[in-house]
Amino acid sequence: MVFQSVKMAMDSIMSNKMRSFLTMLGMIIGVMSLVVLVSIVNGATKSVTDSIANIGTNMLSVSIMDDKDAPLSMDEVEELTEYESVKNTASFSTGNATAKHERNSESITLYGTTGSYYEIKGLSLLNGRFLKNADVDSSTFVAVLNQTAAEELFGQTHIVGETVSLNGYHFTVIGVLEEEESTTGNSSERLEAYIPFTALSKISGSGRNVSSFYVTSADEDSMDAVENEITKFLYLRFSYDSDAFSVTNSSTIMETMSSVNDTMKWMLGGIAAISLLVGGIGIMNIMLVSVTEITREIGIRKAIGARKKTILLQFLIEALLVSIIGCLIGIVLSALTVFGVNSLIDSVSASMSLDVVLVAIGFSVFIGTVFGIYPAYKAADKPPIEALRYMR
Amino acid sequence: MIELNNLCKTYEIGDDTVRALDHASLCIEDGEFVSIIGPSGSGKSTLMNVIGCLDVADEGTYLLDGMPIEEFSDDELARIRNEKIGFVFQNFNLLSKLSAQENIELPLVYQQIPKQERKRRVDEALDRVALRKRKNHRPMELSGGQQQRVAIARALVTKPSLILADEPTGNLDSKTGDEIMTLFHELHDQGNTIVLITHDEKVADQAERKIRILDGKVFDA
Ligand SMILES: Nc1ncnc2c1ncn2[C@@H]1O[C@H](COP(=O)(O)OP(=O)(O)OP(=O)(O)O)[C@@H](O)[C@H]1O
Ligand SMILES: [Mg+2]
Repeated sequence: MVFQSVKMAMDSIMSNKMRSFLTMLGMIIGVMSLVVLVSIVNGATKSVTDSIANIGTNMLSVSIMDDKDAPLSMDEVEELTEYESVKNTASFSTGNATAKHERNSESITLYGTTGSYYEIKGLSLLNGRFLKNADVDSSTFVAVLNQTAAEELFGQTHIVGETVSLNGYHFTVIGVLEEEESTTGNSSERLEAYIPFTALSKISGSGRNVSSFYVTSADEDSMDAVENEITKFLYLRFSYDSDAFSVTNSSTIMETMSSVNDTMKWMLGGIAAISLLVGGIGIMNIMLVSVTEITREIGIRKAIGARKKTILLQFLIEALLVSIIGCLIGIVLSALTVFGVNSLIDSVSASMSLDVVLVAIGFSVFIGTVFGIYPAYKAADKPPIEALRYMR
Repeated sequence: MIELNNLCKTYEIGDDTVRALDHASLCIEDGEFVSIIGPSGSGKSTLMNVIGCLDVADEGTYLLDGMPIEEFSDDELARIRNEKIGFVFQNFNLLSKLSAQENIELPLVYQQIPKQERKRRVDEALDRVALRKRKNHRPMELSGGQQQRVAIARALVTKPSLILADEPTGNLDSKTGDEIMTLFHELHDQGNTIVLITHDEKVADQAERKIRILDGKVFDA
């Protein structure tokens, strides 16, 4: 009986091509809008969380806004490592400069920092070495360039021992950093140079005071302890004024970002669900338009001896087949669209998630089946003579 | 054998009560060719629908081959219609999306008869109505007479004990109508029970026995 019903359902799909096509179209549009939209948001979320995760989740960033005429010294920052939960600290300051090598001249971002910056930021070297604390103590004029800077200024990266001029001061290149691979696709085009904190204060004349530094905890679990201790220390240090400084936790940023992304996902998912529903209503319309035809057909089938179950099974299979085929086409088209978006737009890396695909399938198969079977259910419930006589 | 006993069927439309069947009693033996004649609205179709188990009366009893029809469930009635009764409707009632052959095959599909056997019997039925050449045509591609012949083939493909025809010639010209009537005579000669509804005296006169119906009341003529 099932086999017969499958065959009848197939025949019915083939002989009602327009109806089947329009139903599938409703499915396809609904599934596509849901899957594609959510995939794009997923991709955006992933690239944002990835880039935040790159910073490291066990890092605090501290900046001093008001030093109360008692600025923090590098030694004080270094002494923070005496707290048990604090693993490392790195003072840093930034500045801009013009970098020159032979005839090349480019503007460059300077980072004045200490040796531990390398580990805190999770950098990696292409050549040479990073800054050492000895460089900082004696404020040697040495510089580590990022890959972009090396390539722009020297045309290559094997430049350890060469000299670069930063705002007219001659620095010896001691290392070249490997370019961080960026998840968003557009790797930083900026030129960067890392020099000893003390060297930067010397050439910019800004003094040795620290106004920003990084702190890392031993592990993610001790983050809260570190944050509390650092905050307490700064609170006491800066005359009980909590507005004088700010402590930013990278995992807080991550949480905020991912909650924003979640909201986005729900919103777009909502929009997509509405289009799925609209697709469903389209399907319902098509079915209701053909209700006269369906009812008469069922009347005839019942008159010549079809049982209610057999009829319903036929229509159920028909509705399921149409919905599933529509769904599959929708998913294939979604995958193609996602692929197309990814390869056309560099900054987007959408990724289809199984969850969304399953939700889309579940929802549209449900709608397609319910709306597909409903008119048949009504008709099969009527006495055959009424179904035969049915007119709208 | 068909035994109707005091069947009543009323339709209430607003304040009006229409007695479509008014204490109708009737007995039809196996192998009879009976015509039922009456003016429009007299209750002919209502009677046929009850006899054909497409509809049930409000009152009275109906025994088909001794089975009390009122006591059967929907699915059991479907089975009885499928196995015992062949219908020929005035408006053919063919499935427009199926070919002549598939239409004729349908009752056999519901009997779960194997494919080979189905094909053999469909061809046989097509031969009976001389439509083999048109077997792949859809109803829309056939003339009225041809459609009615497909419907007759569908009615007889299950070898039913009873063929019910509601104005089978009503939508056809007289020549085509005669051809259809010839077909019914042949079926009768082969031993089928035939109940034919008409409002045409000439058609009714061709039957062995003529029954009149007027305002839902049945008289043997
Ligand atoms: N579904 C219905 N609802 C209301 N009244 C009905 C219904 N079916 C039939 N009737 C009424 O019952 C009466 C008998 O109808 P029926 O169809 O049996 O007549 P008939 O003899 O077949 O007429 P015709 O020759 O025109 O086909 C009519 O008066 C009709 O109005
Ligand atoms: Mg009638």
